[in-house]
This record gives sequence, C-alpha cells and structure tokens, in this order.
Amino acid sequence: MKKVVRVAAGQGFWGDDLDAPRRQVEGGEIDYLMLDYLAEVTMSILQKQKERDPSLGYARDFVGAMESVMPAVTGRDVKVIANAGGVNPLACAAAVKALAGKIGAAGLRIGVVTGDDLLGDLDKLMEFGHPLANMETGEPLSKVRDRVLSANAYIGSEPIVEALQGGANVVITGRSTDTALTMAPLRYEFGWGTESWDLLAAGIVAGHIIECGAQCSGGNCLHDWRSIPDLANVGYPLVEVKVDGTFVVTKHAHTGGRVSVPTVTEQLVYEMGDPHSYITPDVIADFTSIRLAADGENRVRVSGIKGKPPTDKLKVSIAYRAGFKAVGSLVYAWPDALDKARHADSILRQRLERLGLRFDQILTEFVGASATHGPLAGTDFDPPEVQLRFGVRGDDRAAVERFTREIAPLVLNGPPSVTGFAGGRPKVEEIVAYWPALIDKGVVRTRVEVIS
Amino acid sequence: MKVRLVDIAHARSGDKGDTANVGLIALKPEWYGLLEREVTCARVTQHFSGMIDGEVERYELPNLMALNFLLHGALDGGGTLSLKTDAQGKVYSTALLRMTIEVAAEEAAQLGLPEAR
Repeated sequence: MKKVVRVAAGQGFWGDDLDAPRRQVEGGEIDYLMLDYLAEVTMSILQKQKERDPSLGYARDFVGAMESVMPAVTGRDVKVIANAGGVNPLACAAAVKALAGKIGAAGLRIGVVTGDDLLGDLDKLMEFGHPLANMETGEPLSKVRDRVLSANAYIGSEPIVEALQGGANVVITGRSTDTALTMAPLRYEFGWGTESWDLLAAGIVAGHIIECGAQCSGGNCLHDWRSIPDLANVGYPLVEVKVDGTFVVTKHAHTGGRVSVPTVTEQLVYEMGDPHSYITPDVIADFTSIRLAADGENRVRVSGIKGKPPTDKLKVSIAYRAGFKAVGSLVYAWPDALDKARHADSILRQRLERLGLRFDQILTEFVGASATHGPLAGTDFDPPEVQLRFGVRGDDRAAVERFTREIAPLVLNGPPSVTGFAGGRPKVEEIVAYWPALIDKGVVRTRVEVIS
Repeated sequence: MKVRLVDIAHARSGDKGDTANVGLIALKPEWYGLLEREVTCARVTQHFSGMIDGEVERYELPNLMALNFLLHGALDGGGTLSLKTDAQGKVYSTALLRMTIEVAAEEAAQLGLPEAR
C-alpha cells in the first residue's frame, strides 16, 4: 500500500484553463489527476449536442487534456479520473481510444461508468410512483415533463472504484458527484470500507476542497488578495492523503497562488448548505468537524473529519426548457449618469407596455451604481458612468425578440450622454433550467466497462 | 465604536438554486466570538432588506472561525432563470462585508479591533 496518495485537480469546470492538466502532471509527483467538467447546466448543453450528433454529448476538451497528459499516464502510471463523459461516456471513451491510436499511445485501459442517465426511464419511473418532485418547490416533474432535456442521477464512488479494480488507468464517468472523483481513488488505494464513515467523509472533504481547481489555491480569494503571488502561473491544488484519512492540501513548487488556512477555508464554505450534513451518495460529511492547520509554506493539514451513513436517496439533476430571455445594455456618462439611466429605464418600460408585450419577468440593473450590492451601495456619489442593464424573460419567443429591437432606438431618442451599444441588438437565448429531485437509490444501476 | 465587517472578516459566497450562501470568516481567531454574537440572522435579514425575498438561516462553524448564512430567495429565481448580473450569488459575500457592528470601546480595545474609517 502507498503511504501517501496524491490526487491533483486539473479542471474545476468545463471551460477551465486548458493547460492546467498538463501542468499538474509535469509539475511534480502525483498518483491521480482528477478532472471535474460538470456543472448543473452542463448536462443539458451536452444533451443538445448529442441530439444533433449521437457521437457527441461529452466534454470535448477532455480529449485535448488526455493528449497533453498521455506520456504521464502511459509512462509514469498517473491515473486519470474524470466526469467528462457527460451524457455520452461511451462516445467519450471511443474518442480517447481513437486519440491513443492516432498518437500511438500503448497501455491505455479506459474504464467507463454508465447508468446515471435516467432520461429514457423517466416515464416508467413516474408511472411506478417516483414523482421526482422539485426539491425546492415540491412540484411534481409531470409539470414540466414534456420539456425535459436531460435527467441524470448523481452517482457516488462505487463504480469508479470498480473500474480501478478492473485495471483502468483512465476512468470516465457521466454525472458522478464532483467529490467522488477524488474519494474513489483513495478508497481504492487504501481499501477503506464502505462503512468507514470518517474515512469516506475525509475523502469527500478532500474532494470538495480541490473540485473547483485553483479556487482553493489563491484564485478568487478575497483574503489579502493583493499579496497573492503570480496568479498568471497559479498552481492548481493537490492533496497528499494518508491511510488514516488525514491529508495535506498543497500545490507544486515553482507555481503561483497560495495555499493557506484562509484560502482553504474560503473554498470549504463555498456553496455550503447545512455544514453538519454535506450529503453525498457514499457518506454524509460533517464540516463542523474539520480541523485546519498550517503545515509549512503552501501546505495546510486537514484532520478530525467525521462522517455518518448516507440517505437511501440519490439526487437527480434534471434540465428542462423554460422559455426565453434577452438582456440588453447601454452606458450613460457623467454628469448624473444614474439619473439618465433611470430615465431611460422608465421610457423603455413605457414603450414595452405600449407595444403590449408581456413577460414573466423584467429586471433592470444599474451597473456601476447598484447591480450587485443594491441599496447597500448608497447613492451619495456621482459615478463617471452607469450601465443600464435591462433583461426580460418569458415563454413567448416573439415578444422577447421584439424587445431586443427596443434598446438601440434609445441612443437617438432617449436621454443624453449615451454610448456602449456597439455590440448591437441583444441575442435571444433559450433558457434551460435546472430541476433538482431525489430518487430511491435502488432504482439506479450503474455499469462499468474497461476497454483496452 | 463602529466596526466594519470588511475590516475583521473575509467571505466567499455561492449558490444553490434560488439561495445564496455566504461564508463569513473571522480574520483573527479572537474575533470569531464577536461575529457569532453580533452578526445574527435578524441583523443579516435587516441588512439585506429589499434584496432578498426569503428567510435567512445561520450555521456556526467555530472550527473554521466561520458562520454560514443561507439567503433564501436572493437570486431572482436562480441559475439560468435569473436575469441578474450576479445570478450565482458570487458577490453577496462582499455585500455582507458592508455591514457595521457596534462594539463597546473597552471590548474593542481589548480585541484590537480596527475602527470604521
């Protein structure tokens, strides 16, 4: 058994730094490279791509990432765990296999995890008494059933462990939980039992800390932000984990950014709900048990983590079509920029009213004055410019379309000192909304396949 | 004496549906107790009046010198439905740091608190 297992994060979302995976395998010794590609809405984007072309539906960036780390995988036994499969893990695996053939990489064993995709089973599930009610509103899925684009259960570490036991050195999953991608290799390496709640919880906390990439190593860090060195060359995080579940968060030498108790604490509280119950398919972790301690430069020791048995449910991520939106903007300059923008807002609303356009929602923001901090920002200042940002949302595409033609005229027929319209007419966007639900664990059957 | 949260704490925020969370972290261990005592649900509700539609919940994490606030109904529907610039609640953290609290001069001196400028 290894004394220390090193899991490095190389991607915090689909669209993250393309070069980070390569820098993580080349910057120092690691055992696993963990790549998280999936956010809540990513699955629906991928589903749309798969509808257009059945060979798509996965995070295509992953193929490039694999190419950049291939020498480490085939030559140094670095293993890759990624949820890049999206809604089509088998196609993702086929693309990686084709890449290996093209560049002549030998020794690749790709583990593919499937079974999270519930789209084809939705009607049967509802018929058999699974309402898939919205966790926030309580409404049954039948309300939006005909508009559903994708439905995937968040699955845990089990099938990833199985793939590793089957000899895989690259594991591709669909909608795995982000944290399972880190916890699974630890379970596999250390043989942690399925009821070793504290150890499993430690693996989940390690996963939570590194799943957003550089957001725990100096990126987006408010604490003493000016002093954080060389973000241009920011080091992505890695964890050095021991069999007892204690671990150190760190990053490679000669990289920028910072790993400190404050940078790690900021990531720990990110997107946190009830800290006593961080629920995953494998274990419930208690974030009030976490102990952090500085352990030398750019090293934070994490210990004390407690866990308890999980629930008998899995979370399901469902995406559905929810109408259309468009957002347009204009910039008003000093003097009295805010008053001019307010006046324009009032004119625009009168015109939309006169046109008889109805929307579910209209939102006006004054960027530079109050968009993010509302009334807390105060009014006792006269800013050099204010952006009027005007958005509408509704089911009627034609009404949203018509709205987009009402911004530009204000340049000549509204309040003065206006600019910033070079981007042209706003674009109408179809909204794909997120419907979180729960389902009985027993319903979801994952499958693992290892392709050589 | 008035003390600004931005001088004694740092913060990060995120989203879950239409709820924003703000983790508020004391800059020094000895200041955590003050945050726990002064930055109550009632104070935070009042602070964000007009900005959020729902309740405020608070959880304590003395192990991280942090409080976690859930601001329900803060994101205009949340996710892709929201028309807001900050649809994912990324900067509610700094909006909370605008809060000032009142601390007795003696306690402020004892804790070495910076006075609001």
